[in-house]
Amino acid sequence: MLEQAFSGSKKYWAWVVFLLVLIGCGVLAYLYQFNKGLGVTGMSRDVTWGFYIAQFTFLVGVAASAVMVVLPYYVHHYKNFGKITILGEFLAIGAVIMCMLFIFVDMGQPLRVVNIFLYPSPNSLMFWDSVSLGGYLVLNIIISRYTLDCEKKGIAPPKWLKPVVILSIPWAVSIHTVTAFLYQGLAARPFWLSAVMAPRFLATAFSAGPALLILLCLLLRKMTRFDVGSEPIQKLAIITTYAMLLNIFFLLMEIFTGLYSGMPDHARHFQFLYFGLDGNYRLVPWMWLSTLLAIVSLILLLIPKYRKNEKLLIIAAIAVFLSIWIDKGLGMVVTGFIPSPLGYVPDYWPTWVEATISVAIYAIGLLIVTVLYKVALSVRRMLKTT
Amino acid sequence: MSIDRRKFLLITGGAAAAGLAGKQTLKVFAESEARKSEGFSGRRWAMLIDLKKCNETEGCTKCIDACHLAHNVPHYDNKKDEIKWIWKEKFEHAFIEQENEFIPSDIKNKPALLFCNHCENPPCVNVCPTQATWKRKDGIVMMDWHRCIGCRYCMAACPYGSRSFNWREPRPHLKELNPEFPTRTRGVVEKCTFCDERLAKGMKPACVEACPSKAMIFGDLEDPNSEIRVMLGSNFTMRRKPELGTQPEIYYII
Repeated sequence: MLEQAFSGSKKYWAWVVFLLVLIGCGVLAYLYQFNKGLGVTGMSRDVTWGFYIAQFTFLVGVAASAVMVVLPYYVHHYKNFGKITILGEFLAIGAVIMCMLFIFVDMGQPLRVVNIFLYPSPNSLMFWDSVSLGGYLVLNIIISRYTLDCEKKGIAPPKWLKPVVILSIPWAVSIHTVTAFLYQGLAARPFWLSAVMAPRFLATAFSAGPALLILLCLLLRKMTRFDVGSEPIQKLAIITTYAMLLNIFFLLMEIFTGLYSGMPDHARHFQFLYFGLDGNYRLVPWMWLSTLLAIVSLILLLIPKYRKNEKLLIIAAIAVFLSIWIDKGLGMVVTGFIPSPLGYVPDYWPTWVEATISVAIYAIGLLIVTVLYKVALSVRRMLKTT
Repeated sequence: MSIDRRKFLLITGGAAAAGLAGKQTLKVFAESEARKSEGFSGRRWAMLIDLKKCNETEGCTKCIDACHLAHNVPHYDNKKDEIKWIWKEKFEHAFIEQENEFIPSDIKNKPALLFCNHCENPPCVNVCPTQATWKRKDGIVMMDWHRCIGCRYCMAACPYGSRSFNWREPRPHLKELNPEFPTRTRGVVEKCTFCDERLAKGMKPACVEACPSKAMIFGDLEDPNSEIRVMLGSNFTMRRKPELGTQPEIYYII
């Protein structure tokens, strides 16, 4: 089936080459980082995790969001999602691989990374995160491969596939829960030490993920002859709306608890994020932009007339995606370190090396998703013509 | 035919993986058993620092210099790449949230000596995904610089900022090389190990030995007659962030 990826239009090849160029730049930047050490990033003794780990966290959410199309289709027999479950699963595959790459480029000793499996440490959430992410990747590869294979041959999927699909649903929830546990179990970092972090992670995942899927479906309609129809897109929009509302609700709970209790350990982090602390205003404009985008998206999503207008829905989906990306991909991780446990207010901003490597990893993810979507669409087209 | 081959590969590959995993598991268990018995049995190392004595000589850095020389700790001029095993910090940072506006100025402005707390419940050990940091039975929180993958989870988990990461190749940044102690490579975490290499030879930690004011008392908490136990029993002492439940083994007389 993969041979379909090697034949395509000029536009397709131009896109692939563009991604390959970005990946090439990233490889060079990574070689530089590999030779010099992580000192070429913006991270420091006080801010020990930065842009890489934040992208990892954000993308775990995108990966987990596949469950939002799988669950309605397989459990509630919502047939309209029949065309897009495979798109959700392929998106998950791309996202999990990006997650793994972001972890890999963040390692100080990348060649030793197998030590996680050579010396398995069940007390470490990082061990469980590797297990759950790896398992989720395998599940999605198996499910999407067999579904597409059977679709191509025109036969019913094997009986054992259904339980595997059902297993992938709680598994998707688990990958993002375990990722939240990485953070929320640390007494040293009051900003992360919140029971609502895992639920909020899921809410952000189930809004940003489907928002991205809406954009991808509309893009496919425009670029190819593949049309999922407007009904599944409207369903995705409703899922995005509910999840985004939950996300904002959880965020307000965090802010209320942090600021009203006034406990300096908690309040100072929110102060840094939204108002600036000790002269460090690094994330303030970003966080207010995220807030503005969230408000715009909710206005567009909550009013049915706007939601049903696909042009406005595009704006809403972009707003949801960006709002959550800023929140998780820029704010959440770094703010755990600012202020530091000793009360200092360090600064952090990614360097060009971090930016180039990160863009390349996103390009790898896009390439994977492009190739997989190409394969899926080619199979569907073949079926239509025969 | 192709399906048969695929099945064959799946079965043989699976069997090989299971076999390898089994062998590896046995090795791992053997190893962690060896690590548990490491250190001195029946001991519980701890340190008491008398900050009044410590600040007798203003600007004294003898303990810091001795430690960093003994352990080949690289020197950086910028805060970003900084590596420190032991250092001085003002009261408001060392004992954060414990200061008040009327605190005597000699406490407020005089620095406290900080290093790894060798916690009874070390969060860094809990989070390490490769057991590259672990607790010995004599209480020392140890590091294996050859196993550390540089994920820095331990640094996120440490509430005391006791851990440093080699953001760059450390060797060019050594002022002087101590051939008796290993140097590190870039990309690993390091911190105070209570001078395990000196304890093994029956010597006191380098910082304790270097202190001109005898402000640092190192000893065994299991021994009721040790100097540290006697001092702890007769003085009010403080520990850093006791509310977190980590049970630090570094005590301070303010």
